[in-house]
Amino acid sequence: MLLNQPHPLETRVLTRRFEYPQKNPIWVDEFVAKQGYEGFRKALGMSPDEIIEEVKKSSLRGRGGAGFPTGLKWSFVDRKSSKPKYVVVNGDEGEPGTCKDRVLIEHDPHRLIEGCLICARAIGAERGWVYIRGEYRFHIDILDKAIAEAYERGYLGENILGSGMTFHLSTHTGAGSYECGEESALLESLEGKRGNPRLKPPFPATVGAFQCPTTVNNVETFCAVPDILLNGGDWYHALGTPKNGGTRMVCLSGHINNPGVYEVPLGFNMKRLIEEIGGGVWKGRKLKAVIPGGSSSPILTADEVDIPADYDSLAKAGSMLGSGATMVCDETTDMVKLLARVMKFYAHESCGWCIPCREGTAWLAKILARMDEGAGMTRDIDMIDQLATSMFGRTFCALGDAAAMPTMSIVRKFRNEFEAKIGSTEVFVPAPGTQPLVVL
Amino acid sequence: MAELVTLTIDGKQITAEKGTLVIEAAKKIGIEIPAFCYYEGYSLQAACRMCLVEVEKMPKLQPGCTLPAAEGMVVMTDSPKVVEARKSTLEFLLTNHPLDCPVCDKGGECELQDMVFRYGAGESRFTEIKHHANEKQWSPMVYYDPARCILCYRCIRVCDEGLGVGALGLTHRGVHAEITPSNGDHLECDECGMCIDICPVGALTSGSYRYKSRPWEMNHVGTICAHCSNGCKTTLSIRNGEIMRANNRDQSGINGEFLCAKGRFGYDFVHSEERLQTPLVRKDGELVEASWSEALALVAKKFGDVKAKGGKFGVVGSARTTNEEAYYLQKFARQGLGTANIDHRRSGDVASLLNALAGKRDALATVADLYTTKAALVIGSDLSQQHPLLAFQLRANYRHHGSSTYTVTRGPVREDSYAARSIRFEAGDEIGALDQLREDLSKHASVVILFGDSVKGGDVAKLVAFGDSLGVGVKYVCLMDYSNSRGAWDMGLTHEYGPGYEAAEQRGLSLPEMLAAKDLDVFWAVGANPLADAELGSNDAFVVVQELFLTETARRADVVLPAASAYEKNGTVTNTCGEVQRLKAGAKVMGVKTDLEIMGLLAKEMGLDLGIWTPEKVFEEIRRTVRGYNVQLPIIVTGGAAPTQPVSGQLAVLPDVSLVRSAEDTLFTSGSLGRYSKMLNAAMEAPGKLYKE
Ligand SMILES: Cc1cc2nc3c(=O)[nH]c(=O)nc-3n(C[C@H](O)[C@H](O)[C@H](O)COP(=O)(O)O)c2cc1C
Ligand code: SF4
Ligand code: SF4
Ligand code: SF4
Repeated sequence: MLLNQPHPLETRVLTRRFEYPQKNPIWVDEFVAKQGYEGFRKALGMSPDEIIEEVKKSSLRGRGGAGFPTGLKWSFVDRKSSKPKYVVVNGDEGEPGTCKDRVLIEHDPHRLIEGCLICARAIGAERGWVYIRGEYRFHIDILDKAIAEAYERGYLGENILGSGMTFHLSTHTGAGSYECGEESALLESLEGKRGNPRLKPPFPATVGAFQCPTTVNNVETFCAVPDILLNGGDWYHALGTPKNGGTRMVCLSGHINNPGVYEVPLGFNMKRLIEEIGGGVWKGRKLKAVIPGGSSSPILTADEVDIPADYDSLAKAGSMLGSGATMVCDETTDMVKLLARVMKFYAHESCGWCIPCREGTAWLAKILARMDEGAGMTRDIDMIDQLATSMFGRTFCALGDAAAMPTMSIVRKFRNEFEAKIGSTEVFVPAPGTQPLVVL
Repeated sequence: MAELVTLTIDGKQITAEKGTLVIEAAKKIGIEIPAFCYYEGYSLQAACRMCLVEVEKMPKLQPGCTLPAAEGMVVMTDSPKVVEARKSTLEFLLTNHPLDCPVCDKGGECELQDMVFRYGAGESRFTEIKHHANEKQWSPMVYYDPARCILCYRCIRVCDEGLGVGALGLTHRGVHAEITPSNGDHLECDECGMCIDICPVGALTSGSYRYKSRPWEMNHVGTICAHCSNGCKTTLSIRNGEIMRANNRDQSGINGEFLCAKGRFGYDFVHSEERLQTPLVRKDGELVEASWSEALALVAKKFGDVKAKGGKFGVVGSARTTNEEAYYLQKFARQGLGTANIDHRRSGDVASLLNALAGKRDALATVADLYTTKAALVIGSDLSQQHPLLAFQLRANYRHHGSSTYTVTRGPVREDSYAARSIRFEAGDEIGALDQLREDLSKHASVVILFGDSVKGGDVAKLVAFGDSLGVGVKYVCLMDYSNSRGAWDMGLTHEYGPGYEAAEQRGLSLPEMLAAKDLDVFWAVGANPLADAELGSNDAFVVVQELFLTETARRADVVLPAASAYEKNGTVTNTCGEVQRLKAGAKVMGVKTDLEIMGLLAKEMGLDLGIWTPEKVFEEIRRTVRGYNVQLPIIVTGGAAPTQPVSGQLAVLPDVSLVRSAEDTLFTSGSLGRYSKMLNAAMEAPGKLYKE
């Protein structure tokens, strides 16, 4: 088990049971000994509305990327529906740079189970699935074992802890697709179909897994819930800033001295995060840019990172908190190469359902690869921006946006680097100013 | 009545039912919102993004194909933002499109070409290498060129939702995504070609048409399919008299866009090298070529001699010739030859149905009724195989209106997959089985009952009594085999009835009786092949056959007269629902004559006065004299389907129901005709099987 050393500046809530170094996952005995399943026990004594109210108070927002308020999402589930309700955990963790869900499952799997139980109690679900990316074989095994323990101890199954509540949980393996992390594509995949996204509305809260009301949340989101129940929504909320409650997991990677997964309060200053927790840019180099929330989030230049890292502040800075993957680029980073690599990823992962994303990502990937090889043309630079702009907000699901956002920000903020890549290679360039034959 | 909302589209106010899709609301006021993946009647995809429109107070452009109209909504379909978005979507689409329009089958009638012409940019900025994947043959009927595919998923939906076959799916992702047969590399399906037809571009091409012609080189002639009794309108595309393809490009008929494998590909028998193109006359025991005048004179002489000596005729008509030809044939036989021995091979007992209905109005269902009825009961037919259009209509009704279908069949049928209830019966038991459905059926406001050849005679009466007992509006369809099976009955091609089910003055020999008779002098088969599975009892009979091919019957003939097929003649046919539709000559085959012309010339040669023998004149006579056929001429002339009325009152005589038997054709067989279609025989599924497990 590999985990970075904890840092004193961390606020450890989700990771509070972690040890360093930790040899084995926290199995059920240890979990229960350390207040495990107590949040759930408390929830058993509460009404669904009370549970949802508590989660709303905590101002917990989805940690999967979109940052949707979790309590609100749960309240949308049509509890009066005669159909079964389902809990689905999004453990696809596909966003480049993101590696927090695996750490949570690897160390403290029962915390996730407890989060699911509380959610099930709140929305009236009797069945749930943890959808985990197939590459996480090792983590699937851990979670499977934890689930088996929970069944054995009566935390899962029928008449849980004598309360009369039923809840079944199992893992479901993904087959290697970024798009299957998008919640509706995930549900399709869970149902055994091709992982294409679904038309929305209806949203999963009304029509989700197998046509039934469903809540889909990220692993980290569920893992935050037990302590919210245990200590109260207000307590959790107070850990962060006034509008952005609680703590979050940051995956620090890139050109940094102490890469790793850290838990910090919402609103923790990004610059301090890099310098103090991350130990600063490696090799004594200078900071050039930071990707603050996974490869989909717009890039921030070194001048833009002295801000509190929370949903609102990042939105104000023109980026997003996303999945919490913070990637640090030092002064030597080749921004064209970086974008070319990012676009290669999106072109590879586009499901192909809609035209702008399918064709746009492939086109951009080709232009960027060519530029990176030194065969860029002057007109490419504006075209990259234009193509990304044409994709943005016009695709079927948010993958198109995820590909467009970093592109627009990188090409705009580092235009000089693109200009430097204009090649001397002979390539066909339409004479400047030529008019098309027909103007329609 | 649903709630109404008022919205504004491009400055025009429109009132629409709440929830109407903006793309449909716009269409109502003549505003086109372009789209590839949106296709009325099939599930929504919102995939192509061509229909993005600007909506006031919404920051992002919205897909018009999924956006429900709401009160006060202000939509702009032509704002600079929308125009720019369309241009860019088309630019994206063309990046990997091969642009091989000069050789593409679809060139000239391609939706992508039209869209780019109307909404696209004049310039392409794409200078990278295109992604390419090679073309594949999926079946003799269907080819797929992934490079041309724009991934609109229409083919997947029409196959799955429309046909209930589900032979197509999607594999790979991103630009590599392509349509793939569900079972890997080839199709095992209905081979209907609906996927080819619905494809907006040239990605799916037809095995019989591909790379053969440019659309603008052909004349397009709307006529009725020559095969089954459903009576689909088909548009023949003709170049120099040759049929290049068949589809229903203008979606004008009772079948809308639907055609099955027979309608779409089974026209090739017309140009088969086995077509007879000169008359044949038996000389020294051999059939040898002869001129029309020689052959006609020989037949006229023989007919005249036998008539004069009071000899015995046997006349067999066809379930495929036109109403005019059937009517003229029985007139020729009864008035011209003075014989009562006339019959055809019957495949459904419509006489007993008309008798049981005794003139009740609105009791015969039309093809359109199958799309609107609240419930349908299918008895004794594998509808998807034997009556593909009717099956398509019922499925569409279920999909769009949630109608209920009940099946009572001897084996599993495709309709079971969505049927409200399915009952299996042992032969002869079907009427008994109905009691189980009485309660279910009487819950629906309207019911259409379709029955196959196993329900006949007294059982039909029982069935109608059952229908009456439901206490709801019940309509019936008597299922029959071929394009004019119904018309053959109506026109009096039976030994017990004259035209309009008037009792024949004298009851002559039935078809089996003619075949068995040892003393027949003349046996005359017009478009029929009764010797395919029987022997002619009379060794000395002079056999005259009007045929397209040298069938078993033609081989036994003394004179064979080469006849035109349905695609080469004008006239009318009546489908299994009793709707009359017009045939229009499209193809030309050298040396042949229509059966009507052949009979007219024979009558002239014999000096008989049977009236003018042009299709128009004979149809006029039919409208005047045949009960139920006083149909509205404008409907027929404009290519519509005019329902016949049931004859009033009970019939004076009851039909001989022992003669009713369906040939049980599948999707890939069509009696003797099907044998001469290379395409149908090439289908891997041919000849197929009814009631598949
Ligand atoms: C292309 C794409 C990929 C996504 N991948 C993931 C993922 O791997 N894990 C995840 O939790 N959410 C992912 N999401 C976000 C989910 O759609 C969804 O918002 C999330 O599961 C909701 O959970 P939350 O409210 O707890 O964040 C992705 C979204 C998109 C558009
Ligand atoms: S934006 Fe379109 S092509 Fe891209 S992943 Fe989403 S649905 Fe698929
Ligand atoms: S030919 Fe018909 S049945 Fe076969 S794949 Fe195409 S639509 Fe489906
Ligand atoms: S083959 Fe034709 S109908 Fe099917 S997805 Fe491609 S373009 Fe659309």
